[in-house]
Amino acid sequence: MLRTISILKKGDPMILSCPSPVIEDTLITLSHGSGGRWASKLIEEVFLKAFCSLQKNERHDGALIHTPEGPLVFTTDSYVVQPIFFPGGDIGSLSITGTVNDLVMCGARPAFISCGFIIEEGVLQSDLKKIVASMQRCAIENNLQIVTGDTKVIERHEGKNIFINTSGIGIPMTKQKIRPSSITPGDAIILTGDIGRHGMAVMAQREGLRFSLPLLSDCASLLPAIEALLSAGTTIHCMRDLTRGGLATALVELAQDSGMNFLIDEEKIPISDGVSASCEILGLDPLYVANEGRCIAFIPQNDVQQALDVLSTFAICTDACVMGQVIEQSQEGSVVIENGYGTRRFLFQLSSEQLPRIC
Amino acid sequence: MKYVDEFRRPDLVKNLALKLKKITTQPWTIMEVCGGQTHTIVKYGLHDLLPDSIRLIHGPGCPVCVTPIDLIDHALFIAKTPGTIICSFGDMLRVPGTGSDLIKEKALGAAVQIIYSPLEAVEIAQKNPAKQVVLFGVGFETTAPAHALAVYYAKELQIDNFSLLACHVLVPPAIEFLLQEKDSQVDGFLAAGHVCTITGYQEYGVIAQKYQRPVAVTGFEPLDILEGLLFCVEMLENKEYVVKNQYTRSAKAQGNIHAQTLLDRVFTRTDRVFRGIGLIEQSGLMLSEEFCTFDATKRFPFKGDVSYLEDRCLSGQVLKGKITPCQCPFFGKKCTPDTPLGAPMVSTEGACAAYYLYSQKR
Repeated sequence: MLRTISILKKGDPMILSCPSPVIEDTLITLSHGSGGRWASKLIEEVFLKAFCSLQKNERHDGALIHTPEGPLVFTTDSYVVQPIFFPGGDIGSLSITGTVNDLVMCGARPAFISCGFIIEEGVLQSDLKKIVASMQRCAIENNLQIVTGDTKVIERHEGKNIFINTSGIGIPMTKQKIRPSSITPGDAIILTGDIGRHGMAVMAQREGLRFSLPLLSDCASLLPAIEALLSAGTTIHCMRDLTRGGLATALVELAQDSGMNFLIDEEKIPISDGVSASCEILGLDPLYVANEGRCIAFIPQNDVQQALDVLSTFAICTDACVMGQVIEQSQEGSVVIENGYGTRRFLFQLSSEQLPRIC
Repeated sequence: MKYVDEFRRPDLVKNLALKLKKITTQPWTIMEVCGGQTHTIVKYGLHDLLPDSIRLIHGPGCPVCVTPIDLIDHALFIAKTPGTIICSFGDMLRVPGTGSDLIKEKALGAAVQIIYSPLEAVEIAQKNPAKQVVLFGVGFETTAPAHALAVYYAKELQIDNFSLLACHVLVPPAIEFLLQEKDSQVDGFLAAGHVCTITGYQEYGVIAQKYQRPVAVTGFEPLDILEGLLFCVEMLENKEYVVKNQYTRSAKAQGNIHAQTLLDRVFTRTDRVFRGIGLIEQSGLMLSEEFCTFDATKRFPFKGDVSYLEDRCLSGQVLKGKITPCQCPFFGKKCTPDTPLGAPMVSTEGACAAYYLYSQKR
């Protein structure tokens, strides 16, 4: 910001005020969209400050709305994945399952979804049709309706981008209060499957990295598995799907929001050979790599076996396991992870996205 | 995963830790040279498994951390020059120069391209003949051959819009520099296995003998680190001042002859400033006369006005092993990964980042 300095001449009235301070503005960079600390700061300092109604709600995957006819859950998410087609899915399937999963994490069955498209000029209609078809297929699989939408076309940048926003309304499947504040000391922390597939599959496809082991996104709806858990009468204190920022970020956010300390057994966390190998080569930590079909669930010890039995009947949850426990209440809420050598370290949110390293 | 799982096996790691306890009879201070090794030590909590009498200190082997601020400013200057594309590995993007970094310049419109292999930069130059494409070449002897190959191909293919900002540094001169300091506390070294895979380790044998400090060429997995320490302590206890190779699955005494031939042809040695440490004679690489037309410093002349004394970051003390990151007054306060004062807090291999990420309760 430029500051104008005027020089007083003889006879000018003396103004006894300080010059306006030089304010250093902050640029929005890609780091603000990574799901790490920079993203959290942006939410707190810009959105939460402005939108008072957001402050009242507990920070969760969706908002619980009370209507005269009963409670509803409402959520929204935008999808900007590049490339729009990737091994294991495309931006269409992602935009439906992502919003479905957010509703399911609040214990709601998705009912209605809206979709807003922002399309770059130069995109092929055949690609758009494929994406819309995969949205329709996902909607049918999840027994929901896409009821409204919008289309905008923007000037060409790369000629291949489609951005989708979906918002979803869900109807609670249970009277249980599934939310961070329900997390209780002693709860088992169940992870529903192996981690890091989506992030690595998309990165490999985008950057043209060829690995000998296949990398397939885990993009999938968690509705069938969680619906089955609730039908079986399993008590669920809280759930969180693992998206940007990965398992570590989800754990840290929930520890902080619930004011609880978690202890995680690193050896229990399932990671496929393909994800391990590609992360090793690029110097990335799979604990922070994105997922799109995995969640963590906080379950009281008495219900753990039942939960694992139910989850194991679903193809996307065959690796489900107890990978940690809620230890105690604490002011800050922290996550400690213990490795196979018996040594421990804290898990933190990263500042921003992980970047591949030099050597 | 092959070559990884077996080198992380808890039973073997614990066994080696026990062996190390048995053979250690007096206090030893050992420096792990490479930032990758520092991360393994801190991430896996290996110092908790060591006898109290072994003190590990972190060395200067993080290329991102030692790249001097004037070269980062030079890269920022190139990024801001219209008509250029600057190609860099991801971990240089957040390293602070004077008042900016590459990520901010990207947000302001600079063409900053993250690459996964230096040859990608040559391809980008081929595809964008109207642009000047500059490869930000940062690294030790490990990455220098790949940068040399990029320049070599650019010359062969006559891709004249490609150039290299050579910022490479060499390990042995840095180790000698540390040993020549009056208050050097290092008794022995874990040398970086991947550097020795390229250069071989005969030069380290000479250093070991000259300064009476044993060197263990060591890998990067927990088992490697503990075995490297075992080798080093054995040599110290036996007053044996030689180099021993723990990283036998990759490093050989003579190194990679092809890579060395290429390095000798494309580069020549030069004096270089290590950020926070100072000028070390003959510790860097610049393009040789044969390839000097690809020198980005000549295409984009830049004179920064950096005073090294103004650099508040105490990275030099950390990189020389004089203080641990936690002993720095800025650590975790003025200096965090969100607001780094220096590169060790943002680099994937930086010691400060390792401590901040893995071992600090905040």
